Amino acid sequence: MTVAAIHPVNGSLATPTLLIRGLRKAFSDVQAVDGLDLEVAQGESFGLLGPNGAGKTTTIEICEGLTEPDEGKVKLLGLNWSTGADELRQRIGVQLQETQFPEKLTVEETLRLFRSFFRRGISIDESIRTSQLEEKRHSRVGGLSGGQKQRLAMACALVGDPELLFLDEPTTGLDPQARRHLWDLVDQLKRAGRTIILTTHYMEEAERLCDRVAIMDHGRVIALGTPPQLIASIGGEDIVEFAVSHTEGGLNESGRAQLDPAQLDPAQLDLAQLTTIPGVQSHRVDAALHQLSVSELHTTVPRIFAALAAQGLHLSEFRTHSATLEDVFVRLTGRNLRDE
Amino acid sequence: MSKLRLGSLYQLTSVRFRLILREPEAIFWIFIFPILLAAGLGIAFRNRPADVYPVAATTPQLTQALAADKGLTATTMDQQAGVRALATGSILLLAVPEAGGVAYRYDDTNPDARSARLLADRAIQIAAGRRDAVHAENQLIHETGSRYIDFVIPGLLGMNLMGSAIWGLGFSIVEARQKKLLKRMVASPMPRWQYLASFLLSRLIMLVIEVAAFLGFARLAFGVPFRGSLWQLAFLCVLTSMAFSALGLLVSSRAGTMETASGLMNLVMLPMWILSGVFFSASRFPALLQPFVRALPLTAANDAFRANMLQGVSLNHLAAPVAILLAWLVVPFAVALRIFRWR
Repeated sequence: MTVAAIHPVNGSLATPTLLIRGLRKAFSDVQAVDGLDLEVAQGESFGLLGPNGAGKTTTIEICEGLTEPDEGKVKLLGLNWSTGADELRQRIGVQLQETQFPEKLTVEETLRLFRSFFRRGISIDESIRTSQLEEKRHSRVGGLSGGQKQRLAMACALVGDPELLFLDEPTTGLDPQARRHLWDLVDQLKRAGRTIILTTHYMEEAERLCDRVAIMDHGRVIALGTPPQLIASIGGEDIVEFAVSHTEGGLNESGRAQLDPAQLDPAQLDLAQLTTIPGVQSHRVDAALHQLSVSELHTTVPRIFAALAAQGLHLSEFRTHSATLEDVFVRLTGRNLRDE
Repeated sequence: MSKLRLGSLYQLTSVRFRLILREPEAIFWIFIFPILLAAGLGIAFRNRPADVYPVAATTPQLTQALAADKGLTATTMDQQAGVRALATGSILLLAVPEAGGVAYRYDDTNPDARSARLLADRAIQIAAGRRDAVHAENQLIHETGSRYIDFVIPGLLGMNLMGSAIWGLGFSIVEARQKKLLKRMVASPMPRWQYLASFLLSRLIMLVIEVAAFLGFARLAFGVPFRGSLWQLAFLCVLTSMAFSALGLLVSSRAGTMETASGLMNLVMLPMWILSGVFFSASRFPALLQPFVRALPLTAANDAFRANMLQGVSLNHLAAPVAILLAWLVVPFAVALRIFRWR
């Protein structure tokens, strides 16, 4: 397992908006954060990606001043929580996982309440417009959809016009349409030059929203870089997935699901013939499917077909997709992001 | 800056107030329930006119003599019917003429029958020509302030202030903690003291409405007296409510779920419902328990309310209950602030 440590090309890390050094935090017997170093530059949209329990929320809550670290240093906007807490709270915006606002308040009343805590910030009208809740302005929070509640949480994080915005799993539990709606909102904030730090366990969300991503597992950063850099680091840009059988006609979908991975063992399939094909970077078996990490898809795929045909194997399933951060995580840990 | 600070305190308080008003159950328990309870108790324990005792005699002459007393109704029946009427309780006493006098048949373990015996004997002696040795005159008093309803209204006031403060604070705070709202609030620049202060302020506003409605009802419906200073009564209400708010804050300072919180609240309030003299005097408990009973905030509150309303005692003479309430305000508040869990 290698740790890809790829720094962004620009040199703006000289005065990072967020600086974390040697961060550790344990809860009873679980080491939630285990020696974390991170730097986030001004104007960057930075993602903490990892499965549940990787330590993303603990890390972000330490940054938000809600959790005391056991060890290590956190600096935001040149300040730290022990001496600059009051000023920091004025200058950051926070959206927590699963906050439930009082159901019997209206959208406008909720925003007015949060706005009153900040010395400076945007108007209630502007925050309602930004979060596209105009039609729900006088509706009670209890009557909002999941996506609208999440946009309200975002609006509450934005009323103080923060320099640094923390979003903890902003789209968890939302349907795909509401998720895309929220992504558009984050896009706008990015374009406005705000520094954003978000956690997610959706790789497509990290790819879509983040300039740079830290992949976390067991409280550590196991890879750091821009999404294209991270994807390139596993060698192939595309993933080929296939299943084979000796018998004619192959297996249907339900048959494959019951298939023991041992039946796909290398005795049946001569792996060496596949992995020596130019452009094939690596091979693994996942959920009874062979996975090849591949570059140069257009020349590699015909050779894979030829190699399998030469072994007298029948392809029961075959598909390809562009490599994603999910594949990066799988390569680094041998597990899927959503296994837990 | 100070203007904005006040702005957020105003926002927090008005939000609290709105949330209470938008909760129909809360309105019922705070405003309607105590009035219903007072009305029910007032009707059940209303003072009835003095009882008239049913008696009987076996001769019309005796019956006539008995009927002359306003406290008796007398009928004539033969001995056999009279014995049966005594056994079924439809009469309390049967007067039977005997050689040279009269015999009374009655049950001397029944207090009403004993009273009937006294009245009956007096009536028959007077009819026979007895004269009073000493002239006596009756001056009747039916004083307000000594009825059961007068006793129970200050007790209900105390109980109501306790319930609305502890429930009002406890449930709201624990719900906010459970829904991660508390954590969200402290992630914002909100001054923490303002969050707690907003509960006390909204409680004070509610208090005015709540106490005015309840005591107004007690005055209009039952004529419960207010013999002490109304300002001092208002001060006692505020002090009581703040002491119970502090207790509510303490109860809810760490509880993470509604179940834990409601268990704790019942644990705190149940002994006071029983011991603190809401429905009957706390002095009925044995001397061994008295120091404990006297130290409870609801006992102190009820004692102070009764002294003010029923006896017109001024605050200068209520130092003990006021000191107990102050202690219950300061100590739980200080402890709650130290152990309060914001997430």
